Amino acid sequence: MKVQLFVPCFIDQIYPQTALNTIKVLEKAGCEVSYNPNQTCCGQPAYNAGYWDECRPVARKFLDDFNAPEYIVAPGGSCVGFVRNHYDKLFPDKNMSQNTTQKRMYELTEFLTEILHIDNMGASFPGTATYHDACGALRECGIKAPPRALLTNVQGLELIETDDCEVCCGFGGTFAVKYEFISSGMAEQKVQHAQKKGVEYIISTDHSCLLHLDGYIKKHLIPIKTAHIADVLASGW
Amino acid sequence: MKRKQTEFLLASGRKVFDLDHRKKLNFALKQADAAYKKGKQQFSDLETTKKIAKNIKWQAIENLHTYLEAFETNFNRNGGRVIWAEDTQQALDAILNVCRKNEAKSIVKSKSIVTEEIHLNQFLTKHHIEILETDLGEYIQQLDGEAPYHIVAPSLHKSKEDVAQLFHEKLNVPPDLSPEELTLVARNILRKKYAAAEIGITGINFILADIGGIAITENEGNAWLSASAPKIHIAITGIEKILPSVHDLNLFWPLLATHGSGQRTTVYNSIYTGPKKQDETDGPEEMYVILLDNRRSHLLADPAARESLYCIRCGACLNVCPVYKNIGGHTYGTTYSGPIGAVISPYLNDAAEYQHLSFASSLCGACTEVCPVHINLHNLLLNNRRNAVEQNLISASEQIGWKIWKKINQHRLLMNWPGGATKTFLVGKLFRQHWGIRRILPEFTHKTFNQFTKNKPDSK
Ligand code: SF4
Repeated sequence: MKVQLFVPCFIDQIYPQTALNTIKVLEKAGCEVSYNPNQTCCGQPAYNAGYWDECRPVARKFLDDFNAPEYIVAPGGSCVGFVRNHYDKLFPDKNMSQNTTQKRMYELTEFLTEILHIDNMGASFPGTATYHDACGALRECGIKAPPRALLTNVQGLELIETDDCEVCCGFGGTFAVKYEFISSGMAEQKVQHAQKKGVEYIISTDHSCLLHLDGYIKKHLIPIKTAHIADVLASGW
Repeated sequence: MKRKQTEFLLASGRKVFDLDHRKKLNFALKQADAAYKKGKQQFSDLETTKKIAKNIKWQAIENLHTYLEAFETNFNRNGGRVIWAEDTQQALDAILNVCRKNEAKSIVKSKSIVTEEIHLNQFLTKHHIEILETDLGEYIQQLDGEAPYHIVAPSLHKSKEDVAQLFHEKLNVPPDLSPEELTLVARNILRKKYAAAEIGITGINFILADIGGIAITENEGNAWLSASAPKIHIAITGIEKILPSVHDLNLFWPLLATHGSGQRTTVYNSIYTGPKKQDETDGPEEMYVILLDNRRSHLLADPAARESLYCIRCGACLNVCPVYKNIGGHTYGTTYSGPIGAVISPYLNDAAEYQHLSFASSLCGACTEVCPVHINLHNLLLNNRRNAVEQNLISASEQIGWKIWKKINQHRLLMNWPGGATKTFLVGKLFRQHWGIRRILPEFTHKTFNQFTKNKPDSK
């Protein structure tokens, strides 16, 4: 199956390894992965900040860059949720129902489990971990089971749930800089919950959350690492 | 930065890292969450129930004037009187008029967030009329001279030890009373007041258009006493509390109970349809319903924000909001706190003063998920943000920032420029101060993923 890779900006700029691992995983799953080198961003940051006029040309570029008929797969639920649920509002005149981009776009784990029906990537990743439900993945895309199904089948990985797995990490884009106290407070409690469970890793579908938690963890020298699910699934083979 | 925004920012910093506050709030909200999870099991299909409820509120709000007028006609026929108040002053004047006409000196009042909105207690006290809160949580707050902390649970942030200490200080009772004993102390004081008060004031949970009645939900029986013991009953509410029919309560009573307090139904659910009739032995001699607009019509006039008027003030969105959980109710500096407060406050007040609340959210969507009438709260916050930008309420530097962002994201080559170290340096310069001392900023890699790939972007 041919798929187009969309690389969220955090991954493009800060964690390129995760994009490489996404390709590795998709190829193992039998996909032929193409990457349009003109791609930039889905436009979400400006939209969330209230700057719809600034967002629109970037979102339009996204639609142009991904106008091929294949599935679009992204290692991140936040961008997927944004394109799926908000492009209609952004382009009320343009008949978005004519445009199939929203329906063709999938987050990596939901693509693997729901489209390809794969829940075991043959990965191994020794350690204990908790899964953090990124808000974009959970509430915008409704992704709850896919990452858990995949992680359960990772050899050597023990998945331990926390009570607050669905509570936001506190990132929220501009929120993290506009309201640093609330944002850091949320990160603090998220990390403390993981600490209480004694896990070594916090795994998620979204690097935006992980970047935020990692910032707190590193500052406080806490013995927990963050790991993107694509990196976990690409491990050990 | 506007004054209110600065106050909010500083107050939020104090609250978030006040570990005693965090502990109390987490404890209370954990209990609320557990009760909600249990309570919601009474719905075999909660999502569909919520959709139906939203639909009823949609119908009610889209035809608001028709239903309100129907209510007035029917309520008049029942012997009651409707008072339309366009703003705070009109509502206050109407209440003062009734007080003066009846030479009222003392009033008992049950829980009503609308009376907080119009600052009724302060107003009546200024006019030498005693007004006493009869809901236990409200009574505690009144004793402490504090506004309610939560629209459903006014003294949520106080532990039982805090309340015992407060009663000890204000009421001269022993400092170590149990919650049951404290309740008895309050009850004994309040009972006497019901008998003496000339007027009882209550809020309203639902205005029932078809029968010309109002529905009040409570757990303590104090609203029922406030409404029926004194010879005059004044009920006050915002115009959005309308339901087309008494039959809609089949749905709304359990929805409100579960989302408000995790109950299947609340202990007392009463419908009041006007004053005592000639052949009846009890009830008030006169009954007034004050319908308050107070800029709710601004919400009604904006199709993008209108659905916020479906709110039944259950408080569930506050309970699940990670921001509320961290900063609590008072930090907002508004009558209505939490997600719904952030949504409506810029409309009910000066937008410039309250727009910052719409940005004080990570947009996690937990509020939208829980809302019993499916109000798309986090999307309404986005809508407010957009309004703030369009109304030019955002700083010039931020505006320039987004223009630059747009430029970069329209041209792939610009995203690959000027190298990781420089980007890390620039982002640090721009954001380190706002990122604060509790986190470190991430570092850009030397090359972007794009630069690792063999295909090269178009050079435009
Ligand atoms: S917005 Fe929804 S959840 Fe929040 S108080 Fe209103 S009805 Fe309840």
